[in-house]
Amino acid sequence: MFIQIKNLSKVFKKNLAVDKINFHIEKNKTVGLLGPNGCGKTTSIGMMLGLIKPSEGEIIIDNKNLESFKRNEILTRINFCSPYIELPKKLTVKQNLEVYGRLYGVKNLSERILEISEDLDIKNFFKRKTGELSSGQKNRVSLAKSLINKPEILFLDEPTASLDPDIGDFVRSYIQEYRSKNQVTILLASHNMNEVERLCDSIIMMRKGKIIDRGTCQEIIKKHGRNNLEETFLKLARSKDELQ
Amino acid sequence: MNFSKIYALGLRHIFLISNSLPRIIDLIYWPTVQIFLWGFISKFFTLSSDYYSNTVGIILTAAILYDFLFRVSISFNMMFLEEIWSRNFTNLFIAPIKISEIITSLTLTAILRALIGLVPAAILAIPLFGVSVFKLGLPLLFLLLPLYLFGVTLGLLVTSGLLRFGPSFENIAWASLFFLAPLGCIYYPIEILPYSLQIVAKGLPLVHIFEEMRNILLNNAVNYFDIIKSISISIVYFILGVIIFYSSYLGAKQRGTLINMGE
Repeated sequence: MFIQIKNLSKVFKKNLAVDKINFHIEKNKTVGLLGPNGCGKTTSIGMMLGLIKPSEGEIIIDNKNLESFKRNEILTRINFCSPYIELPKKLTVKQNLEVYGRLYGVKNLSERILEISEDLDIKNFFKRKTGELSSGQKNRVSLAKSLINKPEILFLDEPTASLDPDIGDFVRSYIQEYRSKNQVTILLASHNMNEVERLCDSIIMMRKGKIIDRGTCQEIIKKHGRNNLEETFLKLARSKDELQ
Repeated sequence: MNFSKIYALGLRHIFLISNSLPRIIDLIYWPTVQIFLWGFISKFFTLSSDYYSNTVGIILTAAILYDFLFRVSISFNMMFLEEIWSRNFTNLFIAPIKISEIITSLTLTAILRALIGLVPAAILAIPLFGVSVFKLGLPLLFLLLPLYLFGVTLGLLVTSGLLRFGPSFENIAWASLFFLAPLGCIYYPIEILPYSLQIVAKGLPLVHIFEEMRNILLNNAVNYFDIIKSISISIVYFILGVIIFYSSYLGAKQRGTLINMGE
């Protein structure tokens, strides 16, 4: 198991944000983390990124405990993309990629920047300041930053939120293509059920800080007698019972 | 310590400055205004005061040194605030860079920003007011070192506050130096302060630095004991600043504020 989450909990003051969750992700698999707003997805990802200290439990990545192992060595192999965080707005696209490439210790950085910028079609606004870009362009630059180090583990938090269908489809296709060509384990938090069905090998459903169900998309849809993942999501999100 | 990562973070701020002419002008503008203001005040005092009559520019030299401290501290704060303003906090803290490397990078880049502003202003003071801070010679470096350390320390304390209380702590960043300035005895001897405040002031490196600056300019002599004292006090504060920064960072991890820090 590449990522193991054992009894992971987080309490903010008296609020239990994540409640003893357990799951694992196999190497090179894509797992969707689903659930309504405030269910603990971002807190869970934050803990896996080492940004939030768990109140309890363990995060083991490639047999190394995130808390006790040298954090930097693990972080070199990880990256994160979210539309809710941004790159420095006053730096050009190329400068941002150069800074982050150096921070991640990327070898042959110029070649890597060129490669990723061609793949994501961002080369034509390379010299523009990141803050001047449209949200679709920013999103692709943010994705380029998250892939600059060729991460073994990629955390994606709603990677296509606020994108038009065309750009959203481009990003999803690119993630699919990237996954097929590279060894990468992905944890995807998303509210777009089509995206989840298209990209994920399996899903984990969360509600109120707990995991309430898990399995492949088809298994979960079938188990709950619904026609698609969207309907299943609504059923699980609105259900009062803990189903698992 | 990985120096290429320290350089990478420094490069982010060098790009930021070099991309914007208004930013460069802003860095130079305020120290220059200070020099003009204190240059004229200094000129007036030399005409009207016995104390200053023999040493033209004692106030101007103090103004330049104080501005160095101010610029170092503000630069440190500004670079940290830039990460908050640009909502880049999460990207920075998930990058494989150690906290010690972040502190080192901010510390080294702070002096660069301070010098961009201050060197032109200090050079301008030579033809305009006939005052050259460079005439202090080697002791100038001994005065700048504790000022630099103390400036960085203040930066560390303010950024610790930002980590602890979030962007609302920003106003304190601007006010922090003005709070200490009266106790620093920058423009006047320590004897001016009430006795109780003299005791407090002696616990700061600033008093020893500026007393020594006046000693050098008035008596043309260097008291190395005072210089060592000011450097030692600055080192103690710096270590304290680093400890507080680490504890604020760990506190922010505990509270989960690193993931959504932004304007």
